Amino acid sequence: MFINWAVVNEMGTQPHSAPRAHMGMSDPANSSLYAAREPIFPRDVKGKFRRLKWAILVVTLGIYYAMPWIRWDRGPELPNQAVLVDLANRRFYWFWIEIWPHEFYFVAGLLIMAGLGLFLFTSALGRVWCGYACPQTVWTDLFLLVERKVEGDRNNQLRLLKSKWTFKKVRLRMTKWTLWLLISVATGGAWVFYFADAPTLLKDLFTLNAAPVAYSTVAILTATTFIFGGFMREQVCIYMCPWPRIQGAMMDDDTLTVAYRDWRGEPRGKARKHDATPELVGDCIDCNACVNVCPMGIDIRDGQQMECITCALCIDACDEIMTKLGRDRGLVDYLALSDEPRERAGNPPRSAWYHIFRVRTLLYTAIWGFFGLALVYALFIRPAIDITVAPVRNPQYVTLSDGGIRNAYDIRLRNKHGEARAFEFQLVGDEAFTLRLEGEDDLNVLVGADATELQRVYVVAPRGSGPAETGRTDLRFWVQDMVSGERVYKDSLFNGKGTE
Amino acid sequence: MADHSSQHDPVTGTETTGHDWDGITELNTPLPRWWLWTLYATIVWGIGYTIAYPAWPLVSSATQGLLGYSTRAEVAEDIERVNAQNSEISARLASADLSTLSRDDPAYQFGVSGGAAVFRAHCSQCHGAGAAGAVGYPNLLDDAWLWGGTLEEIEYTVTHGIRNEQDADAHWSEMPAFGEIFSGEEIGMTTEYVLSLSGQDHDAAMAEGGAVLFAENCASCHGEEAMGDPSVGAPSLADAIWLYGGDRADIEYSIINARFGVMPAWGLRLSEEDVKAATLYVHQLGGGQ
Repeated sequence: MFINWAVVNEMGTQPHSAPRAHMGMSDPANSSLYAAREPIFPRDVKGKFRRLKWAILVVTLGIYYAMPWIRWDRGPELPNQAVLVDLANRRFYWFWIEIWPHEFYFVAGLLIMAGLGLFLFTSALGRVWCGYACPQTVWTDLFLLVERKVEGDRNNQLRLLKSKWTFKKVRLRMTKWTLWLLISVATGGAWVFYFADAPTLLKDLFTLNAAPVAYSTVAILTATTFIFGGFMREQVCIYMCPWPRIQGAMMDDDTLTVAYRDWRGEPRGKARKHDATPELVGDCIDCNACVNVCPMGIDIRDGQQMECITCALCIDACDEIMTKLGRDRGLVDYLALSDEPRERAGNPPRSAWYHIFRVRTLLYTAIWGFFGLALVYALFIRPAIDITVAPVRNPQYVTLSDGGIRNAYDIRLRNKHGEARAFEFQLVGDEAFTLRLEGEDDLNVLVGADATELQRVYVVAPRGSGPAETGRTDLRFWVQDMVSGERVYKDSLFNGKGTE
Repeated sequence: MADHSSQHDPVTGTETTGHDWDGITELNTPLPRWWLWTLYATIVWGIGYTIAYPAWPLVSSATQGLLGYSTRAEVAEDIERVNAQNSEISARLASADLSTLSRDDPAYQFGVSGGAAVFRAHCSQCHGAGAAGAVGYPNLLDDAWLWGGTLEEIEYTVTHGIRNEQDADAHWSEMPAFGEIFSGEEIGMTTEYVLSLSGQDHDAAMAEGGAVLFAENCASCHGEEAMGDPSVGAPSLADAIWLYGGDRADIEYSIINARFGVMPAWGLRLSEEDVKAATLYVHQLGGGQ
């Protein structure tokens, strides 16, 4: 691992191995290249980090399930769903922002910001994303909550696991699985609402009128939620997710991460012993509270390890015990590696802000902010109308009967307004040019609401004029929105007889 | 290789596989067992897949698979589905009067789009992919039309073609080969006069004689002003467009030998809606009247 706490070697444990892989593995007869999953029954815990995690769970799941149901009036021609990925019409709506396919760089920019944000948080606070906000963590937490409500806490669950298949066990298991399944269906169901009008789709889903792809998406996401949240849990983090491997490269000596103050806790021992020989025993009473609450099934006292998602529940668990014993909290705590020598020497750790504000995090913040500002700027300067000009180059020019030279241009007009708009064409270039629109008597084109229109445009240079007889001549197409007066232009070229 | 009994690495405490190469031992970091199951599951799936779908090559074919799937059948199905979807608008196009069909009518746009496909498949071989034509093959983008450039006239030309035996209604223009009628000098004079019509360099004295010859022999089709006549397929000789070239040698060759372009009667080969679609497409290329 990138950070190698001294204690790792002292304890002689195996940070790289599967959780609890050492159990039963030392027997040569049981030696195997494959390890079965050890069931983990994390005990319920109370504390400030648990409360924070519940709050994040409520907020994130609330946003996820409720978002598609928020309405947003965009006029009669456009969908009134606040957040909608309209794949059929190639539009992405987010409240007052509408993204067209050619503006996908906004999405790319947001993804870059998300990546940089992840770097920033990881270098400052370790795997804080994994521990608090990752969907795998949030839904697993929700599933664990259901599990505890139905089957009881850790000890009851352990008993139930070992018991025979009595009626009670069947009833509890069926209740739990049913509740899990309902959550899973709601989760998979909520996803598809982002891609269609939610109220209509809900009705269609129940009346079996929805598209097959909607049902298969719901089915797949229901299955993944049910399996990942109910049965695979920490296996997803350890074996399926690449992030645990990547994040090691983003942490350094100042990264605050969940750790055990072994210099304070060791040698660990039972409280009774501690009373008899206080000078020989550390603060850790080896109560295993930190191990029992861990959703990853690891022992934080073994030092930092790949499996740790820094959910901080062990901090809550240990603080609870330390408070009961009347000792200082923070035996397990958010710590930076650079504080270790200070603390071993008996000095207090530096403040969290000292660790958080450093060149690296400030740099990440600056780059993140740069992209954010650039996106906001791009959002404000983007025009509500737009054109692209594709000169027809087969043939490069057409000779007319009067000897004039004609060029054709396929011009795509984009109207991002929620109503149809008339666009007027103008041409700036050589005075000899005349402009004509295919199929139109004047220079106006009506473009539908939130739509594009392809218009072929002809530019003619009369016989003997400069542009007709020479090679290439520059010209500029202007398009004006007749309602708002907004103007946009695109430059292009006119090919005369001299073009080869 | 060392013995296979379980050993532990002294540094990490991790169990080793017992494999030992020159003192380097291999640590045993066990894979999760479900990982192994997914491997087996993919193998089972793979076998099932090759049974269900066309897979195993045989001598001259391949196994067909139990599901009877074929990409060709899928494409045929797709085409059938799209045709069924378009049947209504397609029928409307087939029965439409093109000269009164509004540009805002969906059938118009359907025709233009479909016509582009028809054009590429059947017309572009002679008229070019961009419809710019070539020597002997008219440019369909310009404003000069041998047989008329209205929708009605284009549709007639596409339907019946030009100078073909298959369709009794085909356009049929007749220009004598003046090499058998005129003397060499007369041909030269006519050539000079034709050059003068489009304002090109010419011998004015010869052209004067050519004007008389033209009025007697050519004006009946090409018109007294040489503006041509679409009803008999006679091109204008006074404009800047020359199907077979407009310089002295080309014009002389045309007078001596005459030129006869041909075009198939597409009404015999294509459906009515395809003919109309091609007509709409050609008409909106820039020269339609």
